[in-house]
Parts: sequence; structure tokens; C-alpha cells
Amino acid sequence: MNDVSQPAPVRPALREVVRADGGRLLALLIRQLGDFQLAEDCLQDALTSAMEHWQRNGVPSSPEGWLLQVARRKAIDRLRRAARLRDKGAEYAHLLELEATQPEVAPEQIPDERLRLIFTCCHPALDERTRVALTLRTLGGLTTEEIARAFVVKPSTMAQRLVRARRKITKAGIPFRVPDAEEWPARLHGVLTVLYLVFNEGYASSGAPYIRADLCEEAIRLARILLGLCPEEPELEGLLALMGLHHARRPARLGPDGAMVPLEEQDRAAWDHEAIAAGAALVERALRRGRPGPYQIQAAIGALHAEAPSAAETDWHQIVLLYEALEKHRDNPVYALNRIAAIAHTRGAGEALNQLEPLQRSLGDYQPLHALKADLLRRQGQYAEAVQAYDRAIARANNDADRRFLEKRRASMSH
Amino acid sequence: MKYLLLIYGAPDASPTPDSPEFEAYMAGYVKADETFDKQGVMRGGEALEGTDTATSVRVRGGKTETMDGPFAETKEQLGGFYLLDCDNLDDAIRYAAMIPDAATGTVEIRPVMDVSQFAE
Repeated sequence: MNDVSQPAPVRPALREVVRADGGRLLALLIRQLGDFQLAEDCLQDALTSAMEHWQRNGVPSSPEGWLLQVARRKAIDRLRRAARLRDKGAEYAHLLELEATQPEVAPEQIPDERLRLIFTCCHPALDERTRVALTLRTLGGLTTEEIARAFVVKPSTMAQRLVRARRKITKAGIPFRVPDAEEWPARLHGVLTVLYLVFNEGYASSGAPYIRADLCEEAIRLARILLGLCPEEPELEGLLALMGLHHARRPARLGPDGAMVPLEEQDRAAWDHEAIAAGAALVERALRRGRPGPYQIQAAIGALHAEAPSAAETDWHQIVLLYEALEKHRDNPVYALNRIAAIAHTRGAGEALNQLEPLQRSLGDYQPLHALKADLLRRQGQYAEAVQAYDRAIARANNDADRRFLEKRRASMSH
Repeated sequence: MKYLLLIYGAPDASPTPDSPEFEAYMAGYVKADETFDKQGVMRGGEALEGTDTATSVRVRGGKTETMDGPFAETKEQLGGFYLLDCDNLDDAIRYAAMIPDAATGTVEIRPVMDVSQFAE
């Protein structure tokens, strides 16, 4: 189908438009059509149309404007054909008017309804995996296949999940709007959770490869878009800083043997120090707003790690204090676990092991707990018990990178 | 949009008439009813007698079968309902949260099917 004399190939150009647009077109269409699935279908129609037309006539100067025009026309067609005019009468009339009065749409004229879109995708009436999938699809512009791969499900399963989600939004009357002041904190928290889930899936994936930089970068990109839309949210700034600081260490996190490299052994020269500086500045800016929260605190901890010239020169005392502050915000045993790991550096492995005992009851079979216990026992020279703990940690590891690292540590004790 | 709010609870979870919490519990329902009326969303609502008074009916092969008891024996049982006509799910959720039994049981919100889509 493509011949050698073709100008810039259409498919990648189209894909780039969809990705870069970050859901702005879809958000506007949803607003104007009052229907998530209809908007999605019309945009898909427009993309199919674009493949054909741009192949013949080249990519237009305003690709977004072109797509919006065509999507609107497709909507007019669909509404007319489906005899849904009765309940879509107002939208139909409005579309016809826009068609008549707005022959050309410049990108600046496309209002940004993405804030409504993000909050709708992350509505609490949708379950968490649905929120994540829908956000990646509509705002991230990832294909269904890409999202399916990220979360290790069949593409057909993911497609069904998305269809069900849009159907629920329409049938159950999930409103397309930004939450009011009363609901804002809880709803924003929901959005941040979704973004963090996407990031974590890229940071420590349960599938292969272990690190999916594209997902991390997607989460960071979406968080930046959101920050542009709500510029004064400290927890959002904290989350963006946290993700940036974690991601900055990516080049050093995996060894050539595919084993995870722990923080204290990572080659700090390989870290992205520009990103670290940016992350540190961002969390400082957030904290100055005087509304601390879990993401800001975790980002502050991340900054202390990332800015330390070496593991030995890390301000472990400050880190312990920050974890204590974090635990006050949320009684999460995982935070306690991390605090205890830090205490091993301020008060020694023995004290840390003492503090780990009661935690074992609430965390039970949590793999990182076994891994930490093994490490502490090893540092104490209690090799027999360390081996047992390493075995437990290895058995529960859900990825090869962690497993290989733990096996190496276990083996290192028999010399 | 019409929503049916189905109130589920364990039979012993809500306060009995002789308990000290009963007055506050009933006052909660009065307040919910008043709010729904005032907001213009109320289209119906009733408390139901317990599942031990239920009868279930099936017609199979032209024969009507009746069974003593509810459709399903579950720990949380249907104890009542409201039919509300409100703007969107967020409103329905806010109203559901006002129902006293939501504190000990569960309120399921089901959108009522719009049958006009099938009409010609």
C-alpha cells in the first residue's frame, strides 16, 4: 500500500497526534455529545478517515482541527442513523450549528475538557483496574493491545473491560464533570492513585521486562498534563516529584545479569541528575504550600536518597523522621517496614530486627518483609536464619529481577 | 435518571425497637425521606418485612412453583428500597449514603432501564 515516493508516513504521524493530544479531542467530543462511547466511536471513525485522506492529500496543517471536524460530522451521521434524535436532539442541533459556523478549527480554539475526562475515568464507581485501563486509553492514547500487554491480560479481555467501562459511565449516569470542592480531596486522591499504579507497573513490573520505562514515562506525562490543569495541588506536585526521582535512577537499577541492584549498590553516576534536581526542586515547592501529604513526604525521602553522594552519606536520621511523619498520615504497614529498613542504618540491624517482630503479625506473608528480614539477619551474621528468610523471600518473589538478586545474596553467605 | 436504591443488611444489624439506638436510627430515615422530598427526587420507597415472610415463585413448563423463603439465602438481605429520580450517579450516591442502614449494611444503586430506547 505504501510506495517509495510517499511523504511522511501517515500511521506514525496519526499516532503521534493521538498521543500528544492527550485526550483533548476525546474530552471535547464527550462534552459536546454527552456520551462517552459515541465520542470514542466518532473519534475512531475520524482516525480511520484520516488514514485514507492524509495518505492521499498529506497531513493537514491542523491535524487536531481536521479530526475534530470529521468526528463531529460522523457524530451527526451516527445520530441521524441510529434514530437517537429523541434524546440527543439538543446535541444534534448544536453539532449542526457548529458545522455551519466553524468551517475551520484552529488548535487554540479547542477547549480543554481533559480535567473532566480524568476525573470521569477515575470515578470511584469504576473498579481500580478499570480506572487505570480507561485512563491509559483515553488520556494516554495507548492502544488496547498496549494496555493489555502492560497488565498481562488478553487484548480481548482488555477490550471488554473498556467497553464495559464506557457502557457503565453512560448507563449509570457517571457525570462528566470536575468534582466540587467537598469531593475534591477524595477524588483527586483517586486520580493520583491511578497514576501511581501506572507508574509502579512500569517501575517494578510483574511481567517481563521488569522495568517498563514507557509506562513510567506515561504516568509522568499524565501527571504533568494534570499539573498544567491544576497547578496548585501539592500532593500532585509531590507525586510528580516522586515519580521523577524514582525514574531518574532507572539506568542503574538492573544489572547486566538481569538481577535487581539495590539502592546502596547502584552506580550513582548513571543516575539522571538533572531529573533529580528537578524532582527535588518540585517537592520543595510543594512543601512550601504548607499542606503536607503522603506523596510529598515520600518524594522528600526520595530526594534525600537521590541527592546523597553515596549510600553511606545518606541522611538516614532525616529519612527515619520522614517515615514517622508518613505513618502519621496513613497507618500503612509498608511505611513501617521502610522505616525499619532505615533504622537499620541509624540504630543497627539488631534494633531493626526487634522492631520487625510485631510487624510480622500485620504484614504476614508480605514478600518485602521476608527480604528485609533476610538482609538484616545477614548483616548480623545470623546466616542460618538468614538463609531461611531468603528462601521465603525467593519463593514469594513475583519477578525474575528480584529473585536473581535474592539468590545472589543468599549464595554470598556461603563464602 | 431513575435509580433504584436497594437496601441490604444482616437481619440483626439494625437497631431493634427496644434498643437505645432505635430513635436515632428512625430519625435518620425521617431525615432521608424529608431530604429526598425536598430535593424533588423521591419517586417511592418502602421498608420490607423480613425474608422469613418471603415467597418465591417460578413458572417452569407451564407449572407455577412456589417456595417458602427468599430467592437466595444470603447473610445480607433486601430490607427496603427507594426509587429516586436524580441528575446523575454522584447525587444518587450522596442520597444512598444518607440511608441509616448504609452504615451497617450495603445500598446497591441500580439505574432503571430506559425503555423508551426500544420504542418506535
